[in-house]
Formats: sequence, structure tokens, C-alpha cells
Amino acid sequence: MPDPDKIRPSKLSIWRKLANANATIFAVGAAILVLVPLLAIFVYLLIKGVGSLNWAFITQTPKPVGEPGGGMANAMIGSGLILLIASTIGIPVGIGCGIFLAEYGRNRFGDFVRFTADVLNGVPSIVIGIVAYSLVVLQQKHFSAYSGGLALGIMMVPTVARATEEMLLMVPNSIREAALGLGIPKWRTTISITLRTASAGVITGCMLAFARVAGETAPLLFTAFGNQYWNLNPNQPTAALPLQVFVYAISPFDEWHKQAWAGALILILMIVAAVAAVRIVTSHGMLKGAS
Amino acid sequence: MSVPANHVTAVIGPSGCGKSTYVRCLNRMHETIPDAHAEGEVKVGDMEVYADGTDPVDVRRKIGMVFQKPNPFPTMSIYDNVAAGLRLNGLHNRKQMDELVERSLELAALWDEVKDMLHKQSGASLSGGQQQRLCIARALAVEPDVLLMDEPCSALDPISTSKIEELIFQLKQHYTVVIVTHNMQQAARVAEFTGFFLMGSLIEFDKTEKIFTTPADKRTEDYITGRFG
Repeated sequence: MPDPDKIRPSKLSIWRKLANANATIFAVGAAILVLVPLLAIFVYLLIKGVGSLNWAFITQTPKPVGEPGGGMANAMIGSGLILLIASTIGIPVGIGCGIFLAEYGRNRFGDFVRFTADVLNGVPSIVIGIVAYSLVVLQQKHFSAYSGGLALGIMMVPTVARATEEMLLMVPNSIREAALGLGIPKWRTTISITLRTASAGVITGCMLAFARVAGETAPLLFTAFGNQYWNLNPNQPTAALPLQVFVYAISPFDEWHKQAWAGALILILMIVAAVAAVRIVTSHGMLKGAS
Repeated sequence: MSVPANHVTAVIGPSGCGKSTYVRCLNRMHETIPDAHAEGEVKVGDMEVYADGTDPVDVRRKIGMVFQKPNPFPTMSIYDNVAAGLRLNGLHNRKQMDELVERSLELAALWDEVKDMLHKQSGASLSGGQQQRLCIARALAVEPDVLLMDEPCSALDPISTSKIEELIFQLKQHYTVVIVTHNMQQAARVAEFTGFFLMGSLIEFDKTEKIFTTPADKRTEDYITGRFG
């Protein structure tokens, strides 16, 4: 009988170990490959932009060319305003669409809606800007934050809808049955039980959509249009960070280039802060032991 | 089949014979499956379950259901789980809700084990047997007349099973219970009346004692003596 303590590794097991190591290295390498550009962008932005970040930058409006100083305070507030309008339009419509697709849309009509949402997701953002332009700007005969918010809101809908649908479908049917068995009507079950169970994923979907549209420039070019002065009236042309960065970046002035870097850095920081804030607020509501 | 009030009735039969489907038709739960269709009559007291004007939601408030796999709402605390049926049916008085939750958990023999962590622990953090008792408490909170139980112990260990069987025995004082089980011994332990189903039909319905000692139909006898099933 061969001694069990001294079994030599067979050819097969050596090959298996090699294959395993190979696959592990490949997987880790791919992950690093993905992270590197992300980190590189962050670090580069930080290096180029932090020099021009100062108190004036985040509290003042742009100064005329040639005059030093000035900032993008109006663009920061303006972006916030436009994104607020966009979220008010995009998130409820998106969640409603997602609920329809998951709970009532397992049929031909639902397939059609799903297809339409996917197509909408692929429409170039400048085309959506043109749509908002025709729907709002042409009617009102002036630019406004409303039209910019509408354009961005439309862009949010497919992402939010698909994320909501997927998260709702992951809620096991036994939960719905439990609620229905208690005599809770279907619509109430969907909102108070199913949606609530899926809420973490739905919120993530909303955050993804938010982060995506926060940096969009093209749709704002002829809807919000931009503004060099303070403006809190959503019915007027409004400044937005991506717009301001764009205008400054293609200008021939060195001073403005530096400010564009700082603007881009602020934009990234604002998005990260918003997502982190939502995560913190919602994680407090999660109970221990909830899956 | 005539289910007597304030007694426990068991529905037994081999796998696939239609026991669960039949019981789900009693409170119109089969309607949650698209293309499902039922014919016939079900009457509970004065209520015609399948009458044209009857809302399935009202039916399910009178006829509660506990499922095979415990299914507490995972994102809610123990208290919220039990109160879910109450809240979503319009009750908002905090004091009344506290009382009803306590009463339901006591009826389900779970109060002592969870009274200190009602709001802190989620429904899903309990053990299997406790989760099932939580589901029973949740079903009892809306004060149905009838409680349908679809193989409530088949996913549980013997100790939890015996606790729940004791519970069922206590429940019949206030409720009418219909329990589906593929475990004949459980039917013999728990139920006073038994219906034997085979291939989609009710073969025999009688006092449990009679079914298990002197069944009228040969098929019943074959099943209970283990010749098939």
C-alpha cells in the first residue's frame, strides 16, 4: 500500500495548480488594469486643479478675461439646481417605469417598453439636448434651468428604470405572497413591501444615473446655456460646472485653463460627496441582520 | 369538503396530488399566478369567496395563510413584521398596535423570546423555527377567521416542529385551522378531521381517527399503510 504521507503530486495536480495560479493572476491583473486609469484621472485632476482651488474660487463668480481671481461659485450652485430639477423628473418616472416593467410588464407591451428604454439610453446626449430645446426653449423663447433639468432628467430615466426593474425582480416571490396573503392589495404590496425590500439597489441605480448626468455638457449647451452671473431663478439661463469647464478649457487664456482644471476637480468631488452622503444616510436605516 | 369551525383539519396526500393548490384556492391565492382558473364555490360564514362582487383582498383578510418556507419581510424589524398587515390596512394608533403585536406574538409562543428586541432585530435574523412563528404571529395579527397552513413544518427541525404543533393545538380555540401536510403522523397528532387527496380529487373526508383506523376507501387505506406515496 502506498504511504499516504508520501504521495507524489501527479502530473494532473501540478497542471491544475498552474492553471489556478494563472487564472488568479489574470483576474487580479485585470482588476488592477481597470483601477489604474481611474486612479490616474483622480490623481492628475488633483495635481492640476488643487493649485487653483481657493476660497475665492468657490465663492465668487467669474471675472472678465485678464482680471485675476474669480471663481465658479455660480456654476456650482447652478449645477446643483439643474441636477435637482433633473432628479425630480428622472427618478420618479424611472422608478415608476421600473415598477411597471417588473410587476406588470412581463408581456409583449413590457418588452416594447424595455426596448424603448434601452434605445433611449443610447441616444446621444446632444440629441436629447435638442429635444429639450424644442420642447421648452423654443416655447418659452429663452434658456432656463428647467429645460436643462428636463434634458438631464430624460437621460436619467432608462438607467433608473432598468436598475429598479432588476432589483425588484430579485425580491423573492415568497415575500410578495406573504404580503398578499395578509390581505394587502397588490399596489400596496409593490410599494410598501417589494420596493422597500429592493430599496438599496434602487438607490444605487439612482446614484449611478445621477453621477452620469452630473457631468454631461452637451445637453446643457442650448438649454441651460450658462450664465456669468449669480442666478437662482430656474426660469433663467443658469451656469453649470461642466459648461463652465468646457468654455474655459477651449479658451486661449492660461488663467482660464487653470480654473477649468479646478472646476473639473470640484465637479468630481461634488459627485463623490453626493453619492457618499446618500450611502451614509441610507445605511443608517438598514437593520442588523437584514440581508 | 366541510371544514368545521374551531377545529384543525388536515389535508393529506402524496406529493403532487393537489393539496397545496386546493388550499390556495380557498383564499384565492391561486389568482397570483397568471392564467390560473378556479371553478366552484367556497363559503366562509356568510361570505361567498368566489362571488362576483367579492374582493380577493377582503377574502384574504378573513382567511390568512402561512407558507412552507418562512418568509418574514427581511428589511423590517420583528415588530414591523407583525404590524405590517395592520399598518397597511390602515391602523395607525400606536397603543392599539403595540397591544395587537404583543397579543399576536404571545399567541404564536414567540413573545418571551423576542420581547427585548422587537425593534432592534430584523425578521430575518431569527432561527428557522422562530421565523415561522413570526410568520404565524403576522398572519394572526390581522385577526382572520380561518388560518391556512401550507406544510408549515416541513422546513423545520423536530423541536421547532413540535413547538409549532403545540401552537396549532392552542390556536384552534380561537381560529379554524386547515393544515396541509405530507407527514401523516403530523396529521394524526394535530388534526381532528382529515381529508385525503389523490391526483387532484378529494377521496375521503372524515374524523382523523376514522381515516387512520378504518378508512372507507381502499385508496386511502393504501396510502396510510404506505403502499404508495
